[in-house]
Amino acid sequence: MKILVCISHVPDTTSKINFVENDTQFDTNGVSFIINPNDEFGLTRAMWFKEKQGASVDVINVGDATTEPTLRKCLAIGADNAIRVNATPTDSFFVASQIAEVAKSGNYDLIIAGRESIDYNGGVVQGILAELLGANFVNTCVGLEVEGTTATAIREIDGGKETLKTSLPLVIGGQKGLVEESDLRIPNMRGIMMARKKPLNVVEPTGNETHTTAGSFSKPEPKGSVTLVDASNIDQLVDLLHKEAKVI
Amino acid sequence: MSVLLYAETENGIFKKAAFEVASYAKGVADALGTNVVAVSVNANDASELGKYGVQKVLNISNESLNSFKAKTYTTIITEAAKQENSDVVILSSSANSKYISGLLAGQLKAAIASNVVKLPVSTSPLTVERTAFTNKAFQQTVLNTDIKIISVSSNAYGIIENEVTAEVVDFSVSPADDSIEITNIDKATDKVSIADAEVVVSGGRGLKGPENWNLIEDLADVLGAATACSKPVSDMGWRPHDEHVGQTGKPVASNLYIAIGISGAIQHLAGINASKVKVVINTDPEAPFFKAADYGVVGDAFEVVPELIEKLKAFKASNA
Ligand SMILES: Cc1cc2nc3c(=O)[nH]c(=O)nc-3n(C[C@H](O)[C@H](O)[C@H](O)COP(=O)(O)OP(=O)(O)OC[C@H]3O[C@@H](n4cnc5c(N)ncnc54)[C@H](O)[C@@H]3O)c2cc1C
Repeated sequence: MKILVCISHVPDTTSKINFVENDTQFDTNGVSFIINPNDEFGLTRAMWFKEKQGASVDVINVGDATTEPTLRKCLAIGADNAIRVNATPTDSFFVASQIAEVAKSGNYDLIIAGRESIDYNGGVVQGILAELLGANFVNTCVGLEVEGTTATAIREIDGGKETLKTSLPLVIGGQKGLVEESDLRIPNMRGIMMARKKPLNVVEPTGNETHTTAGSFSKPEPKGSVTLVDASNIDQLVDLLHKEAKVI
Repeated sequence: MSVLLYAETENGIFKKAAFEVASYAKGVADALGTNVVAVSVNANDASELGKYGVQKVLNISNESLNSFKAKTYTTIITEAAKQENSDVVILSSSANSKYISGLLAGQLKAAIASNVVKLPVSTSPLTVERTAFTNKAFQQTVLNTDIKIISVSSNAYGIIENEVTAEVVDFSVSPADDSIEITNIDKATDKVSIADAEVVVSGGRGLKGPENWNLIEDLADVLGAATACSKPVSDMGWRPHDEHVGQTGKPVASNLYIAIGISGAIQHLAGINASKVKVVINTDPEAPFFKAADYGVVGDAFEVVPELIEKLKAFKASNA
């Protein structure tokens, strides 16, 4: 089985979010970047397929050279090859179509993307990709088994889960549940050394079609301060929630 | 020209999200000077959408479509958009609508903006404001294609009545070749889901162990609320994963979010910040949650929560 894992390179979850150039660009100053958490769960599941079922695992990112340390980290975790499409990821359609080009020529059986990236939270790259490839698609995937060309996937739905049976080629939008938090791997020294020798292929983008134009950013209004209620006066809390907040 | 919305049903009944999306679609249609059309599957009373300004409902009646299938439903929306010459398609942020959204954008070759929080800031070119960085910022996005898709954040626009008479039209499409088979659905029917809940009661590590979760459940019971938890609580197996909320868990956009024994780490807050009113109960007055909350009680959950349950019961009894 040939697996391609889509890797989004995102600001660490604790990053300060600021903007520069008239609020049109995210301020990367002092920000450290990580593998998008949803993608890391997917990559870790891919490693399981590699170790238990002999799958090969490639990782792909659409981005400029600054994303290479994130791809190297994926190689250190155990991916076989990394591919970087050398372009600014301008919108979901552009990213999906670039990945689709690579996916078609690479004949992948399983493409693992994340439910959403934690920077722009679009959550649509994986669906567009599946549509462009004519592949089966399972979103918010919290469990995946593959047997031959048959896949069994668990999908999170509002208020529960459903089990789906489908076939390869398959695209999933994954998240925690594909593996547990405790299964995530921190690259060891040997992994890091080996990653340096593994291929990181840079390919140029195909076409430049986009569907949206990003405009300026703004930040939410600062919040008013908290109203404290004394622990011995819970009646007041009920009263405030009823009369002031009007939520009960 | 028209604005099309997908109105979700569950067992024939419209979900709350359907009314919110209808209200939003009406706002967009007014701004564009066009009509609102809805598409629904097996709605018992499709005309109900008229209350929110929907002039026409294309309703499919087909038993075999009772369970949601992403590809088939995507095709239904695509066909409806073509038939109605829609320029804008509006979706909700439910799990099923999010599942459809990317497929639909691919099928219609449409620009899409997710997590949109208010009416378009401009109609020409169509420009919307959406959240980014998990509720830590907003970004304006211009949608450049002929057909455009807007996915609306839950509970951001609200439900707005705008009574008209909705014409209900029977609709049918030939089923898509859906090679995904549903083999099992595991859904608690007696519980409100986090996505649909008006009130969410959430517990953190401060509750010390799973044996104390009756506090959370009892409080949720009185409020008709969904239960949720912080990430470490689900990682330690105190609660199931589907209760984990936050940046890497489920998003919460309820009217009321009550956090008990949760410190308010940035990753937690990001995911629940879209909630309208936030209450924190925590022993530590320095806990970061107090900066994000509207109301706070500095106190021990094991004393405050039983007290709150009693007071709420009394409040309910006197307001019944
Ligand atoms: C990549 C990444 C992603 C993450 N994503 C998420 C996410 O999606 N969601 C999430 O929740 N976290 C997430 N986290 C974890 C987050 O950083 C925090 O560790 C977590 O939210 C803390 O959970 P907590 O508040 O339950 O526990 P703690 O931080 O341990 O807080 C417990 C609180 O309980 C209080 N307390 C103790 N006893 C009592 C009592 N008797 N009564 C009342 N209060 C009491 C304490 O004062 C303390 O404030 C993520 C972390 C990382 C690195």
